[in-house]
Amino acid sequence: MADEAHSEGTGLVFHPMDQFIVKPLFGDGPIHWYTITNVTLWMALAVVGVILLLVMGTRRRAIVPTRTQSIAELAYGFIYKMVEDVTGKDGLKYFPYVMTLFIFIVFANFLGLLPMAFTPTSHIAVTAVMAMAVFLGVTILGFVKNGAGFLGLFWVASAPLALRPILALIEVISYFVRPVSHSIRLAGNMMAGHAVIKVFAGFAAITAIAPLSIAAITAMYGLEILVSFIQAYVFTILTCVYLKDALHPAH
Amino acid sequence: MEGDIVQMGAYIGAGLACMGMGGAAVGVGNVAGNFLSGALRNPSAAAGQTATLFIGIAFAEALGIFSFLVALLLMFAV
Repeated sequence: MADEAHSEGTGLVFHPMDQFIVKPLFGDGPIHWYTITNVTLWMALAVVGVILLLVMGTRRRAIVPTRTQSIAELAYGFIYKMVEDVTGKDGLKYFPYVMTLFIFIVFANFLGLLPMAFTPTSHIAVTAVMAMAVFLGVTILGFVKNGAGFLGLFWVASAPLALRPILALIEVISYFVRPVSHSIRLAGNMMAGHAVIKVFAGFAAITAIAPLSIAAITAMYGLEILVSFIQAYVFTILTCVYLKDALHPAH
Repeated sequence: MEGDIVQMGAYIGAGLACMGMGGAAVGVGNVAGNFLSGALRNPSAAAGQTATLFIGIAFAEALGIFSFLVALLLMFAV
């Protein structure tokens, strides 16, 4: 369907979903798992950004921090406090993983906001890997830490006995839907925001409403900056919540 | 002809799926509004509850995202 909009030439000049097409960076052969695509490029740039911020920024370890160092310290302290608040003291062992997730998603989201950039987190393939890693990791961790007691997560002991089997069914469904909602929330938000900006950009070709649409793009862009951060935050805090469920499965 | 009707159905379905997003909007607004009314009654307790606020918003939003996904699937995948 995306191609039809192109060939007719009556609608938008460009399709709002075109920006999410995965293209090989060199040449245009078929895409294999080892092909270097624009997703690879922007994920690598995100990693470079993380290294620049966290490794280079904290290299000098000044008592009076430079700007980069204070940002790195702020991010570290923010996530550390979040893990501690949500999972408790014994969850701090898993802080590095949560921090990795957060900082990578933040960088991928923000780099995707640059004009002509590509947002890796707008693809379900990327976020699903992260969400499945969290889901599998948390499930295995729950069984390793609590043994069969982890199944107590599905057996709501505080509910009346007659209701418990029904609640158990609902809990099981909601448990297995977690990786789906976890990944789609991030990908959907990033994709929707960028597509809306592109739709407004398409209206800018009409002279009469061009100023209006540019104002709308500016407003949406501001919202997107907020959304980029909040979705990274939400992804991380839900990881913490799932981690807490694995460590303390009792309701 | 037959393909046209199928495609029309897909487009109508995609439009109908967007109504689910309205429900998510109501839900998110409900969470945030109730948080605000609670926070104005007891501002000192509000700061500690922002994490809960975002978790609540995320769960309410997830269902809207599901309907958005259904709309996208109908538009581009089916």
